[in-house]
Amino acid sequence: MREFTLADLTRIMRASVGVDDSVDLDGDILDTLFTDLGYDSLALLEIASKIDLELGTSTPDDAVGQLETPRHFVDYVNEKLSVGAA
Amino acid sequence: MKPVVVTGIGALASNGMSTETYWSATVDGTAGIGPISRFEPETYPIALAGEMASFDPKEHVPSRLLVETSMMSHLAIAAADAALADAKLVTSALPEYEMAVITANATGGVEVGQRELQKLWSEGPEHVSAYMSIAWFYAATTGQLSIRHKMRGHCGVVVSEQAGGLDAIGHARRLLNQGHRMALAGGTESTMAPAGLVAQIPTGHLSPRKDPARAYLPFDVDAVGYLPGEGGAILVLEEAGSAQARGVTQPYGEIVGYAATFDPRPGRGRPPTLWRAAEQAVADAGLTPADIDVVFADAYGIPSLDRVEADAIAAVFGPRGVPVTAPKTMTGRLYGGGGALDVATALLSIRDGVIPPTVNVTSVDPEYQIDLVLGESRPAPLRHALVLGRGYGGFNAAIVVKGNDN
Amino acid sequence: MRARRVAITGLGVVAPGGIGRKAFWERLTSGQSASRRITLFDPTGFRCQVAAEVDFDPAQYGLSPQEIRRMDRTAQFAVVATREALADSGLTTDELVPERTAVAVGNAVGCTMGLENEYVVLSDGGQKWLVDHEYAVPHGYDYFAPSSLGREVAWATHAEGPTAVVSSGCTSGIDALGYAAELLWEGSADVVIAGSTDAPISPITQACFDAIKATSTLNDQPDRACQPFDNERRGLVLGEGSAFFILEDTAAARRRGAHIYCEIVGYASRANAFHMTGLKPDGREMAEAIRVAMDQAQLNPDDIDYINAHGSGTRQNDRHETAAVKTSLGARAYDVPMSSIKSMVGHSLGGIGSIEIAACALAIEHDVVPPTANLYTRDPECDLDYVPLTARDHRTDAALSVGSGFGGFQSAIVVAADSGDRR
Repeated sequence: MREFTLADLTRIMRASVGVDDSVDLDGDILDTLFTDLGYDSLALLEIASKIDLELGTSTPDDAVGQLETPRHFVDYVNEKLSVGAA
Repeated sequence: MKPVVVTGIGALASNGMSTETYWSATVDGTAGIGPISRFEPETYPIALAGEMASFDPKEHVPSRLLVETSMMSHLAIAAADAALADAKLVTSALPEYEMAVITANATGGVEVGQRELQKLWSEGPEHVSAYMSIAWFYAATTGQLSIRHKMRGHCGVVVSEQAGGLDAIGHARRLLNQGHRMALAGGTESTMAPAGLVAQIPTGHLSPRKDPARAYLPFDVDAVGYLPGEGGAILVLEEAGSAQARGVTQPYGEIVGYAATFDPRPGRGRPPTLWRAAEQAVADAGLTPADIDVVFADAYGIPSLDRVEADAIAAVFGPRGVPVTAPKTMTGRLYGGGGALDVATALLSIRDGVIPPTVNVTSVDPEYQIDLVLGESRPAPLRHALVLGRGYGGFNAAIVVKGNDN
Repeated sequence: MRARRVAITGLGVVAPGGIGRKAFWERLTSGQSASRRITLFDPTGFRCQVAAEVDFDPAQYGLSPQEIRRMDRTAQFAVVATREALADSGLTTDELVPERTAVAVGNAVGCTMGLENEYVVLSDGGQKWLVDHEYAVPHGYDYFAPSSLGREVAWATHAEGPTAVVSSGCTSGIDALGYAAELLWEGSADVVIAGSTDAPISPITQACFDAIKATSTLNDQPDRACQPFDNERRGLVLGEGSAFFILEDTAAARRRGAHIYCEIVGYASRANAFHMTGLKPDGREMAEAIRVAMDQAQLNPDDIDYINAHGSGTRQNDRHETAAVKTSLGARAYDVPMSSIKSMVGHSLGGIGSIEIAACALAIEHDVVPPTANLYTRDPECDLDYVPLTARDHRTDAALSVGSGFGGFQSAIVVAADSGDRR
């Protein structure tokens, strides 16, 4: 099962929610808070929705609120993928 | 009624992406009308529009904001930034609850709406973007401007089709008499998506002509309709005392009169009421028709509607009693943006002592007793201007502006 | 002090579970929710599959075949409510002076159903970006440009004064009344036909609100799906409908012996300038709108007898407005009954603001406050008296209605019976 990477996440982010001018998504952002990267709750919902569409996963309401950094998101998605594959 | 002055203008349209480029093109009689390029128009009976083809939203709107807004709001964000810079007004320096935002809108975020409808119907509800809920609706622009500039006073939206821009300015003027010290007021619009064009075709009011010089000819014997345009204006309005207190010495001018009426339903045997809006706005300004130096016409471009406007102007001002012009012949009709752009143009005309022309019109119907400024700008000392606007279905609005006394 | 006062002399309502003001009031006081599984479109595959719908036969409510053909459902609601309001006021179109009769229509999302239905045909089911103009219906522009709603109400009442659609999202229904009151206060009109309308129960609207997870997911218990202030609340439920009022100068209304429900005594709107959809828990800008409205009304917190809440049933809203009410009313907040009728009639976006003001006017009329349906479990952060489940006899002379909407709009309006009109 292919792993979901930070690169996948930033690809989807660029395509769906844009990037603040002052932010470098290719930098060391794995543990940077989404709020510090300029993303609000709507953006996170949109990112989650686009990931769900691409991977066939489903992210419940309360889960999105817990995903505060890119690392949280990537780990969460990989967990769902491995559960799905099991 | 406390005086309300205009201290900043952010105007944009197909013939100029900034206030000064728009104004200098307008004075020169340079139009921005061209073949529709936003989508392939070949199958449609309408060929031309006033598109802002060289406006790149990325240059004016931060990337994060870009994804959650549509073109109508991109234009407003650019225009409001320009207007505030022009006014040298920093909103963080003013009390948060005393700043208002009133925009006009007629058709919503059209291209985003069509895109999301397409995703819904071709792929399913889970494909609809989280941003659709905030990008398309008519209040989106006002909301975004309020957030961007931290303006927490009365924020609202007036919808009266192409009379809206004048109604928005009129309403902002009310608020500036009720505890607000400044307002962003005006409107910007874009209908440039296939669904946006096709929604208008049933009215029969769009011009099908392919020659830009012969397509949109208000008051001409050969008038067959209007052309859609993108753009508009956002103005900074301030309560005069407040503007003075922060050091403004040369406002563009003052909004001195406003009125709005609605037409009786056709077939009821009652006359249209544009003349009354004009008369009441002039009276509201404490003026008489003789004080008005120029009229910026609504200029629908449909003969029956041109006749109504020509008759209204002649009734109020006397036959050929005042110069009349329609610079929107250079930009197309701009829906919620039109009235605001006309008010901006009127103020610039007064500032520079020149009436911009109505272009392409060559043969004013001899039954219209109006002095239409044709072809080239006409230098003239100007002090007061009347701006007229009408919305599809019977909306009429009028604004009177006075130039800066200094 | 304003020279003129604004009286409500006629009232008409089209709402889920009750068309006409009498049926509407019966619905509200019954405590029964009108939400059910959506029938206006097939909701299979949508996150939220329930809504509060109006069982509406336009011909039965007096619309002619041509009106039905021409008007989107949103306009049909508005005209039916307008005609009921006008009849209620005792004024006829012949008695109105056209140039002194104005119109203000609140609406948030235009003629959604007409627009979406038209889109589906023109795009051949969403397949064509270059939609086909040859399939366009003659009144297509009316669905695309919501100014048409203003035109329909003006035509129905022969109004020739200032006419506008006020479109500030979910506060439109309050803001239209504020706009109308302004026209009267400044003397631009003698009568204003004011209200709001929306018929948004359509796939695109449902999908929009679903996409931001604002909607309830209690699909297997449709009537319980909207639970404002309840600890288990999970989101809003769409509704549809309209309410219209006849507003006139109080002195003129008294002279002609009109029945006066109440007067509009204060109105204010502010913006949170924070986020297009998000609300901060402190509700400070809504509190400011309330403060200004009450100040205009020259009323203290002790004078407010009932609050009609925005109460959309989202986690953030109910907390936000509870905080706002506590800030603006202080200790009195705990003594004033405050209910959400969205619990019963859903959230009709631009329509609900006027529908809620109608509920306030009727509360004043009957000295009864409607309940919040589906309120069973207490949220510690929402600890006011929300009139759970059962309508309550309660002397009501002054009511406050609040609203909050996308774009950050926060609006408040105060309506009050004049002691001279109380029986």
